[in-house]
Amino acid sequence: MSVIATGLTWNVSEDLRQLFEFHFMTNAFRAGTIVAVVAAVIGWFMVLRRQTFVGHTLSMVAFPGAAGAALIGVAAAWGYFGFCLAAAVVIAAIPRTRGHSFSEESAVVGTIQAFALACGFLFVTLYHGLLEGVNSLLFGSFLGITDSQVATLFWVGVGALGVLAVIGRPLLFASIDPDVAAARGVPVRFLSILFLVVLGLAVAEASQITGVLLVFAILVVPPAAAQAITVRPFLSLLLSVAVALLVTWLGLTLSYFYDQPVGFYITSLAFGAYLLAHAGRWVTQRVRNVRSATS
Amino acid sequence: MTAALSPIAENGLVHSEDVTEARRPAAVSARDAAVSLAGRTIWSDVTFDVQPGEFVAVLGPNGSGKSTLLKALLGLVGVSSGEVLVAGAVPRHGNADIGYLPQRHGFDSSARVRGIDVVRLGLDGDRWGIPLPAGVGRRSRLAAQRVAELIGLVEAAPYSHRPIGSLSGGEQQRVLIAQALARRPSLLLLDEPLDSLDVANQGAIAALLARISRSEGVTVMIVAHDVNPILRYLDRVIYLARGRAATGAPSDVITTETLSRLYGAPVEVLHTADGRPVVVGQGEATTYHPDLHAGHEPHLHG
Repeated sequence: MSVIATGLTWNVSEDLRQLFEFHFMTNAFRAGTIVAVVAAVIGWFMVLRRQTFVGHTLSMVAFPGAAGAALIGVAAAWGYFGFCLAAAVVIAAIPRTRGHSFSEESAVVGTIQAFALACGFLFVTLYHGLLEGVNSLLFGSFLGITDSQVATLFWVGVGALGVLAVIGRPLLFASIDPDVAAARGVPVRFLSILFLVVLGLAVAEASQITGVLLVFAILVVPPAAAQAITVRPFLSLLLSVAVALLVTWLGLTLSYFYDQPVGFYITSLAFGAYLLAHAGRWVTQRVRNVRSATS
Repeated sequence: MTAALSPIAENGLVHSEDVTEARRPAAVSARDAAVSLAGRTIWSDVTFDVQPGEFVAVLGPNGSGKSTLLKALLGLVGVSSGEVLVAGAVPRHGNADIGYLPQRHGFDSSARVRGIDVVRLGLDGDRWGIPLPAGVGRRSRLAAQRVAELIGLVEAAPYSHRPIGSLSGGEQQRVLIAQALARRPSLLLLDEPLDSLDVANQGAIAALLARISRSEGVTVMIVAHDVNPILRYLDRVIYLARGRAATGAPSDVITTETLSRLYGAPVEVLHTADGRPVVVGQGEATTYHPDLHAGHEPHLHG
């Protein structure tokens, strides 16, 4: 985008003044912050549960949701949240054998994903919209986020995290060891449904910033990087949030000062964080091996 | 089944040394119990008593209903006749006094949680809310203390901070035993805990379970395929085959006569130089698989 900005001056206060000179940019940061926190926390559980494919599908469903909303002339948020929630419920309804096997789930989930993309394409064609609009649906945009959109993101995010705060511990148990958890009276199936609904909300939120194709940049990459760095659950959850916030804020800043789209920056930064995390893990393992070999 | 508490059978009392002990109900008892699944009788006329603190193995060929017996004790499967009692009461689902380890195939090698987290989940994993990091608040400190105690009990300290997926089968099994013991159950049920372990580890885990049953006063019942590595640690065996059961001290049950009668096929019990029996059947140690090629047994395992 070619806004007024002239590029980073490396004068921090001057850069910050420029960055927040316009209200739309303040809103972009508010929205980005909310989305980063929600996506990083919920994505952490998703990565732990190995349900990234489901997350991906939910984001594909966000595409016809948003395009459909434009077609019938309602706010895009209705499309994002409505379609993602509906898809989460449909996926939750897929009967599953006990245990950790998501294999037969993935065939059905893949089918839903293909159908969702096709519908999105149809809606866009029917809408005769500008190509620009499709681009921002797919790859994200932070222009023109209104105060009321920020408020919606905030309250939905609070709701999703609130649910997670209540079910966090048994969900962790059910994610790591569903059989033992079930034997201990943890409602594994109910938790799995509830988690899909919460995941649907997180995906709907994230797609509004990163676009549906780049949701993974803040939903998967920060938690995956955090889990590579540490196995301490609480610490890795915090790290996940920190990485998501960092890449979102930096991505928004770079996109504001330079011309490339925000989705590109957030995704590339997240990718860099992921590579760094794995490189760091590789190095520490090497060091540990050498140490244990010499002692 | 709606049976009221039945008086303890006379022969259930013989084992105990003193009078006060003798007043306690058997940890587990079965009276002429039968279980049917999908209209098929899995076993019937099963009668036994397990005294508190005993280490018991449930043995038998594939499909003989060993796992079903554990499920009956957990209240997941009802008996079709007779009765099964746990600590003198009809089994109910979600009994916190039972620690249970289902049959499993180990953690994924990429599972990124530590052994101590897995043990901690055994303590309060079913409670709503979010786990706070260790050391925040009194309850959390107590929990951390208990977890450390459990880790020590199963001798898992050297690797309890490593990701569970990177541990060996035997190490994972120790962590899981600690998890099952977290809430001080009086009965520990383990379904094939020695499966997929090498012989040395099978012996080590069996020794650990025997030690825990003594030191913690926990009754331990394990389902096992191969009796030989664990035989010397057992107080009692329950042998299931062809819908019937034989039970008693290992030296009484593991005899050529009893096992051949139970299997309905020649089984030979030999004795090693130090007097330990070794079960040999069908040219292969104990692993007699009547149903391996004859069809599948959908309800019994898995």
